[in-house]
Amino acid sequence: MEFQSILSAATGGHGAVNPWAAVAYLVAGVLFILALRGLSSPATAQSGNRFGMAGMTIAVVTTLLTHAPVTAAGALDTIGLVEILVAIGIGAVIGIVMARRIAMTAMPQLVAAFHSLVGLAAVAVAAAAYLNPTAFGIADAAGQIHVVSRVEMGLGIAIGAITFSGSVIAFLKLNGNMSGSPIMLPGRHIINLGTLAAIVALTAYFTQDQSPWVFWTVTGLSFAIGFLLIIPIGGADMPVVVSMLNSYSGWAAAAMGFTLGNTAMIITGALVGSSGAILSYIMCRAMNRSFISVIAGGFGADDSGGGAGGSKEQRPWKPGSAEDAAFLMSQAENVIIVPGYGMAVAQAQHALREMADQLKKEGVNVKYAIHPVAGRMPGHMNVLLAEANVPYDEVFELEDINGEFAQCDVAFVIGANDVTNPAAKTDKSSPIYGMPVLDVEKAKTVLFVKRSMGGVGYAGVDNDVFYMDQTMMLLGDAKKMADDIVKALSGSGH
Amino acid sequence: MDFIAIFSIFVLACFVGYFVVWSVTPALHTPLMSVTNAISSVIIVGALIASAAAGSASSKWLGLAAVVMASINIFGGFAVTARMLAMYKKKER
Repeated sequence: MEFQSILSAATGGHGAVNPWAAVAYLVAGVLFILALRGLSSPATAQSGNRFGMAGMTIAVVTTLLTHAPVTAAGALDTIGLVEILVAIGIGAVIGIVMARRIAMTAMPQLVAAFHSLVGLAAVAVAAAAYLNPTAFGIADAAGQIHVVSRVEMGLGIAIGAITFSGSVIAFLKLNGNMSGSPIMLPGRHIINLGTLAAIVALTAYFTQDQSPWVFWTVTGLSFAIGFLLIIPIGGADMPVVVSMLNSYSGWAAAAMGFTLGNTAMIITGALVGSSGAILSYIMCRAMNRSFISVIAGGFGADDSGGGAGGSKEQRPWKPGSAEDAAFLMSQAENVIIVPGYGMAVAQAQHALREMADQLKKEGVNVKYAIHPVAGRMPGHMNVLLAEANVPYDEVFELEDINGEFAQCDVAFVIGANDVTNPAAKTDKSSPIYGMPVLDVEKAKTVLFVKRSMGGVGYAGVDNDVFYMDQTMMLLGDAKKMADDIVKALSGSGH
Repeated sequence: MDFIAIFSIFVLACFVGYFVVWSVTPALHTPLMSVTNAISSVIIVGALIASAAAGSASSKWLGLAAVVMASINIFGGFAVTARMLAMYKKKER
């Protein structure tokens, strides 16, 4: 009898266990692993994505078969089934339309929006399980939810709610609906720690008392802590936040997987959870920031750190024109292009690729160097370049290309600034000290496209590269400058 | 399945995740995020169970709402990943 109840818990409480369903969920989980495995190279990535789709189809179909809605008489509840299929259809239409319409520059917002949906779905599922525990096979005959399930449920709802409200704030900040500057509440660390402590304490109490007030208070506090945690984090740190929320959405799925005893959900949750955690780590390392200091927030709020050294003297710099740049690059043997987010904002990626095509025609060897935080989320710049038809084998990561600047004739920096600043290597007082940077100053010539000499990057620090003898500043809009260089190149061409 | 069995699967899957994700090329980190987004919506399994269960109307409607949300993610996540991956091309020679 005891054995029977454990088995029925594993299948969601619908009578006898179905070993085929358990195998099907395991297959789905393995297909999800293969989906991520495929991403080790662009050549295998598309088949990986199809593995993912196959895994999801297996998981959904298996659930529909083992948990089909039934009427009181025990027959298939057709209306119930249609309702479910309509719900899937609505989601499919919305999802596919969003995926088709989204601009690649807006990918971070889309991902944040998707994270918020995973979070809210996890909360809805946990709440549904709380309201109808026997349907999930997590309650005894008297309607008392198993203690283990209560803990899992409390975790699921807390992580899900934090994922939801945190992602909503991240979305609003990335989308520009909310200022990117950090919002600092007085005593926020105490408020946050107090709220977290209350969530933990109430979840512990929930194992003793499954009253609705405990459950809904945990839910409410978790929504609140999601907002509170993300509002003090500045726009520059959003790549870390988006990765972190990616991780949370995985842990939320894993927690629900524990509740349902479902291997597909547990494997997926662990995969997504580690993926987000690793991406957060990579982003933090690329900015030389500790994860704790990002989460504590406030970066970019005060301007005390800016203007390291405080030297206000006007240093001489050399201006250049599109024609000068075209001439220098067409005479070069090796050119490395360093694109930054400013390039994408100016929508210059297509003009940039045309410029590279022209140069290649003239026999110049062109490569792209990408800093991990060049975009607004991990790998963002690679997608933006791929969209502009830049072949991926011309695009290199920081550690793979940094040694090549010393041998290159021209480094062409467009829309990037802080990621090229040598102060990160030499000036201990600089706010970006310790951040890995691209060694553009080692190139024979640096062409630096910039809107004006006034503006500075996120970190608010001056860049010594501007004032070097071998640097030529190309002031103007990134797209217009790239277009003009293309014109100058084709004019001088054959 | 008892808790320890499930927990073992979870711990092992974390290790698999660690190694698989480190082998993802940095150029594909954005598609990695969008595809993990899609697969974390496997939470739809719980939503489907809630939607199909008898006994609580509010539980059923919460389930259906979760089915819609998870479906947006599944279809949107896989579609946007496919769209991005189709852009990655090798140099033509």
